[in-house]
Amino acid sequence: MNGPHDLGGQMGFGPVAPEIDEPLFHAEWEKRALGLTLSCGAFGAWNIDESRHARENIPPAQYLSASYYEIWIRALETLLERHRFATREEMETGRPMHPSAEPKRVLKADMVAGVLARGGPCDRPLHTEPMFAAGDVVRTKNFHPETHTRLPRYARAKRGVVEAVQGSFVFPDDNAHGRGENPQWVYTVVFDAAEIWGEGADPTLTVSIDAWESYLERV
Amino acid sequence: MQARVRALETLLTEKGLIDPAAIDAIVETYETKVGPRNGAHVVAKAWTNPAFAEWLRVDATAAIESLGYTGRQGEHMRAVFNTPGTHNMVVCTLCSCYPWSVLGLPPVWYKAPAYRSRAVINPRAVLSEFGVTLSPETQIRVWDSTAELRYLVVPERPAGTEGWDEAALAALVTRDSMIGTGLALAVGDGQ
Repeated sequence: MNGPHDLGGQMGFGPVAPEIDEPLFHAEWEKRALGLTLSCGAFGAWNIDESRHARENIPPAQYLSASYYEIWIRALETLLERHRFATREEMETGRPMHPSAEPKRVLKADMVAGVLARGGPCDRPLHTEPMFAAGDVVRTKNFHPETHTRLPRYARAKRGVVEAVQGSFVFPDDNAHGRGENPQWVYTVVFDAAEIWGEGADPTLTVSIDAWESYLERV
Repeated sequence: MQARVRALETLLTEKGLIDPAAIDAIVETYETKVGPRNGAHVVAKAWTNPAFAEWLRVDATAAIESLGYTGRQGEHMRAVFNTPGTHNMVVCTLCSCYPWSVLGLPPVWYKAPAYRSRAVINPRAVLSEFGVTLSPETQIRVWDSTAELRYLVVPERPAGTEGWDEAALAALVTRDSMIGTGLALAVGDGQ
């Protein structure tokens, strides 16, 4: 979707403001927000792609004024409601009023080290050959789905060169919407800045994205 | 947000869906165990051990795992090497993808619109905000982490460090130098 999250090339946000000796968390609630997001992910009711899409669906004015942990919490509330773990009323009051869906697992303290160490690999074997090889010239597709995609707007309908075949991975555009993992080959595609930004682009700049095969057409 | 998050935690705890002690354990992991010292170890090893550097180049996931750094947001790693003529910089324009297993949790600026919007169009201006000025001829390669690969920049080894051991070298490797918004410290800086 063309949401507020798709920020590459937008202007007006001012300079980057790195903090000297930045603390890992800026408030106690940020720690709980991180832990809640990971704990609820362990329910097994949604995947990372659905989770990202829930963040992208935060209205632009809210998204752009929220801190990142606030974005996480707003999306988490959406997911908890959608998957019937909590109602809005329950979340506002903090009091249980309705039965909830059954999670596949509840993350306990003694499971944390193992779960974090395992992570969630999303490479999947594919029995087809990659359509493209390193050195191939490709063009990204021009599409504007209302659903989830990982092809940024700035890199649509652009000519680039395949630099590497990176393996086969779960396809987020389907996986975010319960349509299955449908793995595809993923390629690193490199663009000259002039192809993306045109006149005045930095001549020393190249930008790459990692693109699923269905994002690409042969030139 | 403090009240909102507390209400959520209370609710989910009472429903038996979460364990507050698990949240404590998650926070403790990223406060004490997983952070940029992991990545600095990887970089220092690559600087001192050409065979490891080559392994890191061709299979970063396995090379990094051999040092014990695995897991969430580090499942699929790629290492990209700066050279005298090329500077690498990593961004996630679409969200906040970041190599947690080697760098820990991302700083606020990495997740904020100013960095995500400008890194791909005007990286030299962004670098100047970090106090980094590259030669006008240096090629800049920006990696937008749009898929599940997570990127670690291997900065150039500082001059004057011949014969240094891994631990001494690792102290020169800053978090920002592994994102590409900084360079490794020069000898005498930050020691």
